[in-house]
Amino acid sequence: MNVLVNGEQWVLPAGSTVADVLERLAVPSTGVAVAMDGAVVPRASWLRTPLRPGALIEVLTAVQGG
Amino acid sequence: MADDPLVIAGREFGSRLILGTGGAGSMALLEQALLAAQTELTTVAIRRMDTGERTGVLDLLARHGIEPLPNTAGCRSAAEAVLTAQLGREALATSWVKLEVVADDRTLLPDPIELLDAAEQLVDDGFTVLPYTNDDPVLARRLADAGCAAVMPLGSPIGTGLGIGNPHNIEMIVSEAQVPVVLDAGIGTASEAALAMELGCDAVLLATAVTRADDPPRMAEAMRLGVQAGRHARLAGRIPRRFWAQASSPARD
Repeated sequence: MNVLVNGEQWVLPAGSTVADVLERLAVPSTGVAVAMDGAVVPRASWLRTPLRPGALIEVLTAVQGG
Repeated sequence: MADDPLVIAGREFGSRLILGTGGAGSMALLEQALLAAQTELTTVAIRRMDTGERTGVLDLLARHGIEPLPNTAGCRSAAEAVLTAQLGREALATSWVKLEVVADDRTLLPDPIELLDAAEQLVDDGFTVLPYTNDDPVLARRLADAGCAAVMPLGSPIGTGLGIGNPHNIEMIVSEAQVPVVLDAGIGTASEAALAMELGCDAVLLATAVTRADDPPRMAEAMRLGVQAGRHARLAGRIPRRFWAQASSPARD
């Protein structure tokens, strides 16, 4: 299935979860937040939240700013 | 000389200088500046991650026990700011947020209508909201009434270093405020940080003036001292301004 991760088209196996996206991005699990279709997916739900085909996924962290 | 701590939403801070992390040339310089400023709270932005990216700034802050304050920089609408605040809360496990909703790139001035809307939504959602606001006493009052934990009026637009354009407005905000007032944005040099405190602000938040100075750690030190000097002057009570001279030595007999 196709999803959009931080603005890039990704093709992932059916049944993939939010946790799979993070694993593929190879980012740390702390200091990170995920939104799917404009809503926060809490950390505790990453493993059991399936991706919706066509979903807009944002993976964010804190950077220097402000 | 001893001073009361800064208290925001029941939390005490020994430092009245909040240093933003934006604009630093390198992580090493940022680290030196943060330490020279002796800041206990520092702003960070929430941004998309690249593949394999580390969370360098968070590691740095954790190493020195400096509390990160996520902001909503770059947001143009209440909806965007609310989502960004929620993501910051999730990423950093803090319910504190520096709320920024700006109107356009040219001025980076707060959009008052979106700002108040976002503040109300975030307070309802349990956030401790520290809004970056215009130097408008009425808007500051409305934000405090909405339940914000502090108000953070600008001295002048972000990154301009133009200092405090309307000191009288800042004094009016201070004189009415039921919550701490943090002068946020526009500070260019240490005397302006001192002025903010002399006007009665409880703290100063700045980034560019330090991170883009020729010598950021030294400017951070200058800002720390400026904030302290201004705070002491405020507490000491300045003399009234007089039109004519008044001799400070006794008159000759």
